[in-house]
Amino acid sequence: MSTRIFGSGIKRREDPRLITGEARYTDDIKLPGVLHMAVVRSPYAHANIVGINSSAAEAMDGVVAVFTGEDVDLAGIPTAWLIPDSDLKTPEHPALAKGKVRYVGDGVAIVLAEDRYTAQDAADAVEVEYEELPVVVDPEAAAQDGAPQLFDDVENNIAFRWVMGDKAASDGVFNTADVVVRDKIVQQRLLPTAMEPRSAMAQYNSATQELTLWCTSQNPHIHRFIISAVTGLNENKVRVIAPEVGGGFGSKIPCYPDEALVSWAAIKLGQPVKWTETRSENYQITIHGRDHIQYVEMAASRDGKLLGVRATVYAGMGGYLSTAAPGIPTILHGLLYVGPYMMDSVYCESIGVMTNATPTDAYRGAGRPEATFLLERMVDMVAKRIDMDPAELRRKNLIPAFEDGYEVATTLIYDSGDYPAAFEKALGIAGYDDFRSQQAEARADGRYLGIGITAYTEMCGLGPSQVAGAVGFQGGLWESATVRVTPTGKVQALIGASPHGQGSETTLAQIIGDELGFPVEDIEVIHGDTTETPMGWGTYGSRTTPVTGAALAQASRKLKEKARVLAAHLMEAAVEDIEYDDGKFVVKGSPDNFQSIQDVALMAHLAWNMPEGMDPGFEESQFYDPPNFVYPFGTHIAIVEVDANTGDIELKRYIAVDDCGPQINPEIVAGQIHGGVVQGVAQALCEGVIYDDNGQLLTGTMMDYTVPRADMFPNFELGDTVTPSPHHPIGVKGVGETGTIASTPTVYNAVLDALAPFGVEGIDMPMTPAKVWQAIQSAGS
Amino acid sequence: MWPNKFDYQRAESIDQALELIGDEGKFLAGGHSLLPVMKLRLSAPEQLVDIGRIDSLRGISANGGLSIGATTTHAEIAASGDVQSMCAALASACGQVGDQAVRNFGTIGGNIAHADPASDPPTVLVACGATINIQGADGARSVAAQDFFADLFETDLEDGELITGISLPNCSDCQCAYVKFPHPASRYAIVGVAVCLKMDGDTCAQADVAVGGATVKAVKCAGAEAALAGSTLDDTALNAAADMVKADIEEWLAGDVAYPEAYRQQMAGVYLKRAVKAAAG
Ligand SMILES: Cc1cc2nc3c(=O)[nH]c(=O)nc-3n(C[C@H](O)[C@H](O)[C@H](O)COP(=O)(O)OP(=O)(O)OC[C@H]3O[C@@H](n4cnc5c(N)ncnc54)[C@H](O)[C@@H]3O)c2cc1C
Repeated sequence: MSTRIFGSGIKRREDPRLITGEARYTDDIKLPGVLHMAVVRSPYAHANIVGINSSAAEAMDGVVAVFTGEDVDLAGIPTAWLIPDSDLKTPEHPALAKGKVRYVGDGVAIVLAEDRYTAQDAADAVEVEYEELPVVVDPEAAAQDGAPQLFDDVENNIAFRWVMGDKAASDGVFNTADVVVRDKIVQQRLLPTAMEPRSAMAQYNSATQELTLWCTSQNPHIHRFIISAVTGLNENKVRVIAPEVGGGFGSKIPCYPDEALVSWAAIKLGQPVKWTETRSENYQITIHGRDHIQYVEMAASRDGKLLGVRATVYAGMGGYLSTAAPGIPTILHGLLYVGPYMMDSVYCESIGVMTNATPTDAYRGAGRPEATFLLERMVDMVAKRIDMDPAELRRKNLIPAFEDGYEVATTLIYDSGDYPAAFEKALGIAGYDDFRSQQAEARADGRYLGIGITAYTEMCGLGPSQVAGAVGFQGGLWESATVRVTPTGKVQALIGASPHGQGSETTLAQIIGDELGFPVEDIEVIHGDTTETPMGWGTYGSRTTPVTGAALAQASRKLKEKARVLAAHLMEAAVEDIEYDDGKFVVKGSPDNFQSIQDVALMAHLAWNMPEGMDPGFEESQFYDPPNFVYPFGTHIAIVEVDANTGDIELKRYIAVDDCGPQINPEIVAGQIHGGVVQGVAQALCEGVIYDDNGQLLTGTMMDYTVPRADMFPNFELGDTVTPSPHHPIGVKGVGETGTIASTPTVYNAVLDALAPFGVEGIDMPMTPAKVWQAIQSAGS
Repeated sequence: MWPNKFDYQRAESIDQALELIGDEGKFLAGGHSLLPVMKLRLSAPEQLVDIGRIDSLRGISANGGLSIGATTTHAEIAASGDVQSMCAALASACGQVGDQAVRNFGTIGGNIAHADPASDPPTVLVACGATINIQGADGARSVAAQDFFADLFETDLEDGELITGISLPNCSDCQCAYVKFPHPASRYAIVGVAVCLKMDGDTCAQADVAVGGATVKAVKCAGAEAALAGSTLDDTALNAAADMVKADIEEWLAGDVAYPEAYRQQMAGVYLKRAVKAAAG
């Protein structure tokens, strides 16, 4: 039986423990003597703290201590993406507010108590006197003269102004183009809504001066880094463990005040301290995504050649700059302005603005959905203006197939792509040519069908460390991995990345199994503990399979070479005469004369008979720094029907043709695409944060904030093409975010196509029935 | 999600429940409205009296009309053959409450006592002429559903009074239906419309109509009823009724940022037509 497992849709090994409730999350870990932390949070979006009286809280039975911002001597929570040439300001972010609160939920004091109920009762009993200040939530309004100022040292609330491209050249293109279309696009705030809320528990051993922090992290090594910096403990005295983590979608990348506060309190009180957020806190304080106001223009020739795109973006940062926040609406956004099209002129000015709202940061897709959306929106508007079929216009402008590098106007060098192939495949599945006549017939019956098409490519597998440095990311972007084989031939793969729901334990095991011939069930992938695993920068940006996967493939190849030499030695054959065949090292021409990989592993451990100069043991490590990003691509198509009486939208068909290179596990690829599409469609149709003018979150519970449900969706029709990445050891590209990146504009454009007979030009997302209905009424009048 | 401190007691009988409930106490039925507001600390009763195990409060009986005990769950009502034949609209409304888990716990008594404007059952109870049976320290009384619902989360119920059940006339010779536009997040009604039609051949002899969700309480809609009665339920009558229903609910409209009053008012018209068509079959 072959152990070849690459490309096989085996079941996710993570699922049994997740489905049966056996998985152990941070909050499941119980330590004797643990204290529970509750945070007193500001009910105001912007206010001065006049006074805090905690005596009633401190007097309560079971309350151990109450601390305020004045008590807590932690360094500020750092921002770790310092984008260059943007006049970036990084205003101080104290773990607990000092003197002033800047959004609803900003921490003002912490209570440590013997149980969680008492902690909450005491938190409610802390009396805080506030002096309310004027509030600004809208990022564009916040950047205007006279707007309420969040920080003395951030003039007009502008934290950065990042420019990409040559303004004069761009103006030249737009001034002379036949056609210019423009729109104001609002990328509403979204709540990441990971199934597991955030949690953190810290334990300090004063004898060894070691701190252990269990927390919901996508990148425990980065958390260690930051916790070490804010507490002043040496990094080698801090151990961060991310046990089972129930989803993140970006929201568990940042280091938040809460993790720092449990660490500080555990050190201060000499007792373990735990904090687990409620869902209400999760919606209020865990980062939000998106929040762009975009003024976008596209230039084209009358015969349908796309000439350029330019945008001014106001990106809401919220009350503080979260860990990676400045990089999201800039580097991860503007660099994608060319998309899959031959277009020579790009210009972007992205203005990061502090607002009295929850901080924003990376949310699935992070900057790239916002770019793909504006591009695809503009392409549809150009098509309409020049009266060309939107599929035809895209077809005309797609970059032709390339196998090894294509440089675009944003300076990126796309690795490989065959956009036309994926495009035609998707149109074929959709039956595009027939659709237009069905649409016409339906309209004659008073039924409003619409179709939307998105051709996309995106940059992921973040990324070369040299690029990370050049764009101000305060870290590297390589990964490392160790493949360790036990004497009995079982594999432990230790990785620095930290998967949290993606199925990477399965796919990474498949990579190793495929390289070395171990049965996949004999391979364990171990992650999420800074003491047990080698350094890594974490799981985000669709990077674990491309980057960690490459490290594992290369470490496995090193082991295979060692095995070949040892096998030759053991069989007294020449190394050149040893052939590898499915887990066996066989003497050429003599198939019965072989050593299995397990035999070799044992002999390497016993070391009774090693070749000259070979060290014992069977373990290899690899650091892998990718030479470039990887660029998955594809085409998505949605068909919708709008009920003109109610504004209700039915998603009738959804076609996704994606190319992520060779698929290690097609079931997991499909799962990532399904989940991604669902989240992206939700942005178009139902998800959206609503704040009132006072900065109060109106969508603060799941009764108000509409996460998508299975019954909103048809069966997805998936297709693929396979274009390997030329620079990657196994050719794979990331697929964690493509669905989210492609689906929002697809559905949006489909709805506007359906509403074309009414002359509706645009609807702010989410396109709820009420807004769609209102748009129909307004356009009709 | 950490409620304030409270005492918990389980009552074995109606009398005991009435005895135990103090000034600051609340009855606990399915807990699906009460516990969420307690966990959000929007409500902090000092004492809960659990009425969930009182046998005499639970169950459905049919003799002439329908009697439904207060702690009967939405799921039980939706699945009951008696309810389906004697008041199909109520079975349908209870079957559309929340999701299966909510229907397995939530009770009809708790639902109407809580009087969430976006609830489903009250709309049917008002349309179909139900009576709410109440017991207090001073004895029992009954109130017409239409008079029971007073305003947003406000009912005719006095502190310490217990809903024991509801009574419904036998509606098996009428055609009734409930249709709703569910909120995409909560599944509560953005608009819910109940109609109960008595047909005489092709002509509608009598129509009862109520609207909820769009309004602060379930509202009986006399204007729409008049527009339907005597008609053959043709498009002209339906359009007239849809216009009238918007006027009927005008003074009671409710809305929020995502689904404003004006939209809900329009949808009441659309859903009225759908409800009539569903009822007329
Ligand atoms: C996620 C979710 C979705 C929902 N969706 C819907 C929906 O779509 N449509 C809908 O109609 N409802 C919906 N509900 C509400 C659900 O129907 C509730 O169960 C119901 O409103 C309350 O019933 P309960 O038995 O849970 O009452 P409880 O929560 O136990 O009590 C509610 C209130 O009524 C009082 N009370 C309870 N029983 C009595 C009694 N016999 N006499 C006097 N007072 C009493 C209690 O003291 C309390 O004040 C939803 C609830 C949830 C959690």
